[in-house]
Amino acid sequence: MGASKDLWVFIETKTDNTPKNVGLELLNPGKRLAAEQGGKLVAVVIAEDTSIAAKAAGDYGADSVITIEGPEYKHYSTDAHTAAFTYLIEKYDPLTVMIGATGNGRDLAPRISGRIGTGLTADCTELSIDEQTGCIAWTRPAFGGNIMAVIFCANHRPQMGTIRPGVFKKPASQPKDIEIIKESFSFDPNKIRTRIVEIMEEVGEKVDLEGAEIIVTGGRGLGDAAGFDLIRSFAASIGATVGASRATVEEGWISHAHQVGQTGKSVAPKVYIACGVSGATQHVAGMSSSETIIAINKDPNAWIFNLADYGIVGDLYEVIPLLEKELKAKLKA
Amino acid sequence: MKNILVCIKQVPNTQEISIDPETNTLIRDGVESIVNPYDGYALEAAARLKDKDKDIKIYALCMGPPQAEAALRECLSISADAAYLASDKFFAGSDTLATSYILSEAIKKIESLESIKFDMIFCGKQAIDGDTAQVGPQIAECLDIPQITYGLTCECKDDELYVTKETEDGKEILAIKFPCVVTFTKPNFEPRLAGAKRRFAAKKMEIGQIGVDMLDGIDRAKIGLKGSPTQVRKTFVPQVKKGGVIFKEGSLEESASKLAGLLVENKIVVDIE
Ligand SMILES: Cc1cc2nc3c(=O)[nH]c(=O)nc-3n(C[C@H](O)[C@H](O)[C@H](O)COP(=O)(O)OP(=O)(O)OC[C@H]3O[C@@H](n4cnc5c(N)ncnc54)[C@H](O)[C@@H]3O)c2cc1C
Ligand SMILES: Cc1cc2nc3c(=O)[nH]c(=O)nc-3n(C[C@H](O)[C@H](O)[C@H](O)COP(=O)(O)OP(=O)(O)OC[C@H]3O[C@@H](n4cnc5c(N)ncnc54)[C@H](O)[C@@H]3O)c2cc1C
Repeated sequence: MGASKDLWVFIETKTDNTPKNVGLELLNPGKRLAAEQGGKLVAVVIAEDTSIAAKAAGDYGADSVITIEGPEYKHYSTDAHTAAFTYLIEKYDPLTVMIGATGNGRDLAPRISGRIGTGLTADCTELSIDEQTGCIAWTRPAFGGNIMAVIFCANHRPQMGTIRPGVFKKPASQPKDIEIIKESFSFDPNKIRTRIVEIMEEVGEKVDLEGAEIIVTGGRGLGDAAGFDLIRSFAASIGATVGASRATVEEGWISHAHQVGQTGKSVAPKVYIACGVSGATQHVAGMSSSETIIAINKDPNAWIFNLADYGIVGDLYEVIPLLEKELKAKLKA
Repeated sequence: MKNILVCIKQVPNTQEISIDPETNTLIRDGVESIVNPYDGYALEAAARLKDKDKDIKIYALCMGPPQAEAALRECLSISADAAYLASDKFFAGSDTLATSYILSEAIKKIESLESIKFDMIFCGKQAIDGDTAQVGPQIAECLDIPQITYGLTCECKDDELYVTKETEDGKEILAIKFPCVVTFTKPNFEPRLAGAKRRFAAKKMEIGQIGVDMLDGIDRAKIGLKGSPTQVRKTFVPQVKKGGVIFKEGSLEESASKLAGLLVENKIVVDIE
């Protein structure tokens, strides 16, 4: 039997067994790359109950699904997930493995790559296949987003990468029944060397920045916590989600769940409106893949204007109400 | 008595890096080298454990060129008790897998030189230059010990370390057995600074040197550029958008009206309440 040319996508699940967006997003580039590689697109689900995620993987374009199920996989643990995933890789020998660069994904992937002894490219934002070598050309930002690097893993299998959430769009969903391979692999819960003591979910609103089509972000230029009232009301009127720079989170004006950037969420909405944000590299690292960027800043030299498709130089407290009024006038006309 | 090893990477201050508009390359000349900020948080976490238990000893380990010694001296002047530099031309060009292999072999060497065992190995969440966040977990894998990533704070409780970590939905407290690896992200406080007295003492402290010849069992086929499974094929500067429509002059009313016109015309904003 020749070595497999399959491409695997990890469908990470939440504790309620539903899939996180990023795994489904990866089926999009995965489909194209698997075809170019001459293999199948295979989804991998490791969860307490894999049925929901396995079904979603089929609907969103996977050719087949491999599952491992058990109560020990309800809550993510480095030990159980690494053992289960490595077991599958060793059994099936895929050519490529893609994992979403979520908190858990970036905990898991290096551990697997270390156990297998293969290369791993971190936090990719572009994927293609190099024509000459047939390798995946993993492209990723480094130096806080100042440069992009193209990375190959030519002599080791599988070639592995983590991919930033929000960069690729979920494919269209088409109900489809696909082959589900149920593997059994259990991991003794007593051998899990970490123990959950307490889960403290962010109280109040859940912020789905990754799934948002429009984001209005407030920066230190707001001046105080009350400034977010303006941001919230503008966001509500155009159906946007509220984002924040780290400066505002550190000031305690808004919760960390809203933060965009290297130490916050990575987002790629259709429209990103940055108000009173300077455009520091760590902020840009989390939003530069947005389709259209609009900046409002009183400093004409603010770096954010270099990324912006549209912008207004001015005081955001004057500009936002004016812009809202003008948009209303034009859209309701 | 507990021993903590903090892994320190010396990095360029990426906030100072700029791009040469002529050549479209990074300008690194004159950019200062600093202790990776996340490693500073890891060192602070170790120092806070030591604040509560004076018997704890903090070691710092850095792999890098000879000038990376400066980063270790910085750590000695903040809170580290001893420091080691792993430096050798055979280490150069290592990717994360090779780096973590070298670091884990160096860790074993320090343990034998000092006749100790490390209870905790602390790393930064990621280095601000390579930005991969892979070295911590890969060290844990090399040493076959458990890990927690994205740590904010921690405390020792009996035979476990309680780590408060950042998650997508908020925070979690996890307990982990010793020995372990924890990687740290930014907490909501600033790390302590170097004291003048410590800084003076640190200047004279000896820094242990580790070269490839001292790492007895190391497989030289798995280190350095040649031993690394990943290779950086090329780098390029991301395109800065040129030709964005930025309204700088004129009244704000006029600018807002024109911008709103463009946003509606180009179907960027399609609906408003
Ligand atoms: C390791 C590390 C990780 C980091 N991670 C992140 C991250 O994930 N996300 C993040 O955002 N940052 C992050 N940062 C911080 C980052 O470097 C910046 O400090 C931060 O993004 C700045 O936020 P800001 O743009 O809101 O504030 P500032 O840089 O202070 O900018 C405020 C802007 O508002 C403008 N302004 C002021 N008043 C007005 C007004 N009335 N109207 C209009 N404009 C006005 C000013 O001209 C200025 O441009 C990180 C830093 C480090 C070192
Ligand atoms: C542009 C570019 C892109 C790269 N992309 C990849 C990639 O995708 N995959 C890959 O495998 N390699 C990659 N590399 C190589 C990688 O940067 C090096 O292996 C580097 O030595 C470690 O990775 P890092 O800087 O990302 O560290 P991280 O894994 O982000 O560092 C995490 C922590 O590990 C510790 N640590 C890291 N390095 C050292 C050290 N030298 N000494 C002591 N402690 C340390 C620190 O505590 C640090 O906070 C890339 C290099 C470049 C220049």
